Order: sequence, then structure tokens, then C-alpha cells
Amino acid sequence: MATQAISTSLAPQKRTSLKVYFWRVANNYVLRRVIKALATIFVVITVTFFIIRLMPSNPVDIFIQEQMALYNSSYQEARDRAAALFAIDLTAPVTQQYLDYMGNLLRGDLGKSYRSQGAGVADIIKQFLPWTLFSVGTALFISFTLGVALGMVMAYRRETPLDYVLSTFASLVSSIPNYLIAIIIIVTFGSQLRILNIAQMRGSISPGVQPGFTLKFIGDVLYHAALPIFVYVLTTIGSWMLAMKSSTVATLEEDYVTVARARGLKDSRIMTSYVGRNAALPLFTQLAISIGFVVGGSVLIETIFVYQGIGQQLLKAINQRDYPVMQGIFLIITVAVVFANLLADLLYGRLDPRIRVGSEETK
Amino acid sequence: MMQAQAFYARQPSFLQSLSQTLKLLARNKVGFAGFLGVLFFVFFALVLPIFVPIDNQTRMDKIYAPASWDHLLGTDFQGRDVFSQLVHGGREVLVIAFVTGAITTFLAVVFGSLSAVLGGWVDSFIMSLADLWLAIPQFPVLAVLASLVKLNNVILLALLLSLLSWPTLTRAIRSQVLSLRQRDYVEAARSLGLSTRHIIFNEIMPNMMSYIAISLIFAMTAAVYAQAGLAFLGLISFSDNNSWGVTIQLAWTKGAIFFRDSFLYIMAPVLAIALFQLSLVSFTRSLEEVFNPRLRTGV
Repeated sequence: MATQAISTSLAPQKRTSLKVYFWRVANNYVLRRVIKALATIFVVITVTFFIIRLMPSNPVDIFIQEQMALYNSSYQEARDRAAALFAIDLTAPVTQQYLDYMGNLLRGDLGKSYRSQGAGVADIIKQFLPWTLFSVGTALFISFTLGVALGMVMAYRRETPLDYVLSTFASLVSSIPNYLIAIIIIVTFGSQLRILNIAQMRGSISPGVQPGFTLKFIGDVLYHAALPIFVYVLTTIGSWMLAMKSSTVATLEEDYVTVARARGLKDSRIMTSYVGRNAALPLFTQLAISIGFVVGGSVLIETIFVYQGIGQQLLKAINQRDYPVMQGIFLIITVAVVFANLLADLLYGRLDPRIRVGSEETK
Repeated sequence: MMQAQAFYARQPSFLQSLSQTLKLLARNKVGFAGFLGVLFFVFFALVLPIFVPIDNQTRMDKIYAPASWDHLLGTDFQGRDVFSQLVHGGREVLVIAFVTGAITTFLAVVFGSLSAVLGGWVDSFIMSLADLWLAIPQFPVLAVLASLVKLNNVILLALLLSLLSWPTLTRAIRSQVLSLRQRDYVEAARSLGLSTRHIIFNEIMPNMMSYIAISLIFAMTAAVYAQAGLAFLGLISFSDNNSWGVTIQLAWTKGAIFFRDSFLYIMAPVLAIALFQLSLVSFTRSLEEVFNPRLRTGV
């Protein structure tokens, strides 16, 4: 940081190498951001590893309890069965387990599930992650674009009945927890009014439908994802609308908008390339943060809709104390959040010329 | 001596600003409705339990009875009164929300203002820590912790929730302090040679009170979200009387999807939480009115 500041103050003197210098800083910034992202992932993995291992209860005990309850077997019998089943040594020192885990991780090996026989954690993630990414990604895309558009409408039509209706809607839907909205939808439209066939909409795909680029497959996928996507959109759109509205109102007061008007530019052009672009900028960083929040919240939504994504798997792993699966899913979610943030930061520098030049000095 | 005088001199102006605050609260209709809603829930969850008896009696002949004078909101799968459960299930939700909100805001104010005022390595350390913390998937971590530790202690859960949620607020408070530091009256106080402590507590903090109050409320809504969510997943439960989240979980696992009669049973706690959240969020509108200095006349 210090070298940065010094070099910046030197920059005007060395005019010839200004361009070279600029690229060095830019590269430097990217490099530092990437290193920071990797360090963050490392720390989070370490912290979650120790949180999970140091807590009371472990998968073997849970398994023994289950066996004793299920088959009425004695503790010794259940213990023997557990010992045969689990090829893991939970008595090894935690630090040793940690070093083993990190070593395997570096080789790209996420380990094997304790409970699903022989299933690799990577395979489990590969199987369930796409569904979560698909539903959450689609929902965030819809709610971001729609929210930004509605937010601009609100800003342009502020203090009109339309603005009041939209503002009320936005604060209403963004203050109610998403899982409650999911429950309200299922109970009201599913069991009471019987408009939705909840039983049929469960899961992420109907049995017997073959994956492929067919109309039937795509339709089926959308049919099953419709409710989760709807709930994600409904509960996130409000904050986009409100954020975009205030951002647009602030942008409309900028001098360059007034100048653009004075130059007689078309209103539609001012709205898209002058106001919209600049007003939407600060929202990109929020988008990155919200990815983590929505993926984290998918535990609840996927459980309610019985949607077979990563969130539901996480809950299952938690209930079975399936450490490697828990750890693997944590890793994936963390990587997703960190890289979304990284992408937003780097993209922000590209999108906003003021940041591109000034990011090192302004603080 | 000087300080004591300054303190007494401040008293009436505090009372004045309190009455003014109430006036400003009433100015925004939505916000005032939210304020009344919060008051209602405080009364409902903390005062009503004194008058409404706990109902743990199983009545096999009255399973999923419809609403009547005897049972205002009908009965559950064991014939127990739903209204009574609702009245007794609110306390934990409110207490956890408030305690979590208070601890989170306290941490955020301390770290945020330290970060902004001290700057330098303290600032970069706190901000890096906050960045790191934000990368941890919060709800999943909570779910794991709740399954591993028995989180049936209200204060322990509140502590845990605030330990996870301080970074966002800390950043907000930090930027708020940074911007307030640039104001003219702070510059004036500084050029008068007043101490840093005086500047923080007497010049900056009073001007942040409503902002802090708003932050407190948003921290409360986040706590309600997490707490009821964990209860719904069956990961936390509190002893005798079920909190709203636990009631939702019970209603759900006892087949709210299949029994049309259980509509009231599941919707009562769902709407209670939803309306409580809505009241809290609407209430912030009034606080924003108080917060916005342009709307404050004659202070």
C-alpha cells in the first residue's frame, strides 16, 4: 500500500513510463486480489475443518446409535459393524487429520463420504451442485435485471402512485424470510387451493426423464425448478428495486445528466447509457455478496421444496455427521462466494473508469 | 467539573429531542404503523403469557379443531390450543432478536469507530477480518454449529448469531464515522482542541444514534431469520414451550402439506414471524425520517 502511494506521487514526473507503470499497478492489483482470495479460502477451510472436528459427537457414534435403535443390537455389535464399515481412524490427532485433508485437497481429492458407501465427495457435489447453481443463478439473473428495471421506473416516476405501489411491494417482500414465503405458497396454493401439484413438483427432475437437449427434459427441469426460482426472485427483487431506485435518483442529479439533457440527447439514450449504466454500477458488488447469501439460504428452500440441490445434501450431511461431505460443500460454497467477490471487484474496475484510475489513492 | 456541567446542560435538550423524535416517528405513516406493530408484538409475547395459561393437554376428540371461542386459532395435531402456543412461543424469538441485535450493534459500533478513528494497521486489520468473515457461508455454519452444540441456551445462541453477523454492520458504521468526521462541526471541535474522546462520544455518536438504531433493527431481523430457520430445520429447540420456529417445524413435519385442517396451525406462527419482521422493517422508515438531518428542523 505504501509503495503504491509513493509510486503514484512519482508518476506525474515520469511521464514516459506512465503507461507501463499503470499496467504494472493494474496487474499488481489483480495479483493481490487473487492472492487475497486464495488466502481467504484457505483460512475458511481451516476454520470450518476445526469447527467440525472439535465439536462433540461424530459420525461413528451417530451410526452406532442408529444401528442400536434400528436393529436392537447391543453396543458392541453395533460398534463392530461400524468399525468394519468406516475405514477411517477418528482417533488420529486432529492436526494429523487436518494435514492429511489439506494434502489430499491439493491433489484435488475431496475425500469419500462416510455414509454413502464409497461415494466420492467430488461426485456428490458434481451430482447436486448443478441444480443449485441452475436455480439460484437463474433466479438471481431474473431478479437482478427485473429489479434494476423496476428500480429505474420507480426513480423516474417517483412520488407517483406507481412508485408507492412498487415501493410497498418491494419492502413487503424483502422483509419476509424466504422460507416463510415458500411455506405460505405450498400451504396456500398446494394444500388449500390445490392449484399446484406439490407432490409432483418435488425433486429436481421427474423420474424417467432422460437428460439431454430435448424439449421434454428442459420443460421438466423448469417445471421442478419453477417454485424455488419464484421464491428466490420474489424475496431478493425488493432489495434490488430499492437500491436501484436510490442509486438512480442520485445519478439523475449529476451534472453530466443535466449536460446530456441540455445537449438535446434522446431521453431513451440518456436513460440507458448515462443514467442506467452509472446507477447500476454499485449494485454489482452487492450481487456478488448476495450469491453467498442465496446459496446459504438454499438449505432451507431446497428442504421445503424437496429440490435435490447442494443445500439439501448439506442438511443431510449435517444430520449424519458426514464430515467430508460437509467440508466439501463448505469448500464449494466458500469458493463460489470468494470468486464472485473477486470477479465483482475486478469487473468493477473495468466497468467504472473512476475506480480504474483512482482505486489506489482513494481510501 | 466541566464535564458535569456539560452533562446537566445536555439533559433538557435530550428530553426535547426525545419528544421531537416521537413527533418525527408519527410523521411517516408506514413507519408509525411499524412502530405500533413492534409494540403490539412486545405486548403479545411478553405481557400476554401472564394471562394466557400454557396448554399442554392432549385432547384426542379435538384434533385440528377449527377456530372457536374456546380455541381462538383452533387446535393442533394433539388437540392443544394454538393461540396459547403462539402467545408463549414469542418470547424466545423477541429476546434472541433483541439480544443479538444489541450485541451485534455494540460490536459493530466499537470495531467500526475504532477502525475509522484510529486508521492505520488497526483499520486494515479489522477490515481484513471483516472481509474474511463475510466469505464464511453463515447459515450453513450456523446449521453445523447448531447440530454439534446443543444450542438451547438463548444467550449462547444470541452470542453466536452476533459473532457471525458483525462484519456487514461494522463496515457500515465505519463508513458512517468516516463521513461524519469530515463534517464542519467536527472540524470545528477539533480546531477548538477538544479531545478525541469528546469528539467521538459528544460530536459523532449523537449524530449516529438513529443510524445505529436502524442497524440494530436490521440485525434483529437477521437474527429472527436465522433463529426461526434453524428451528424449522429441527436444529434448535427450547425446553417446554415451543418458539414460533419450532411450532412451524412441528406443523410441517406433522403433515401441514397433507392435512387441510392444519392451515391455521401452521399459518399462525408463519404470519406471526412475517408480521413481526414487517413491523420491524417498516419501523425503520420512521427512524430514517429521524435520521435524515434535512428533515430535522431546529436541532
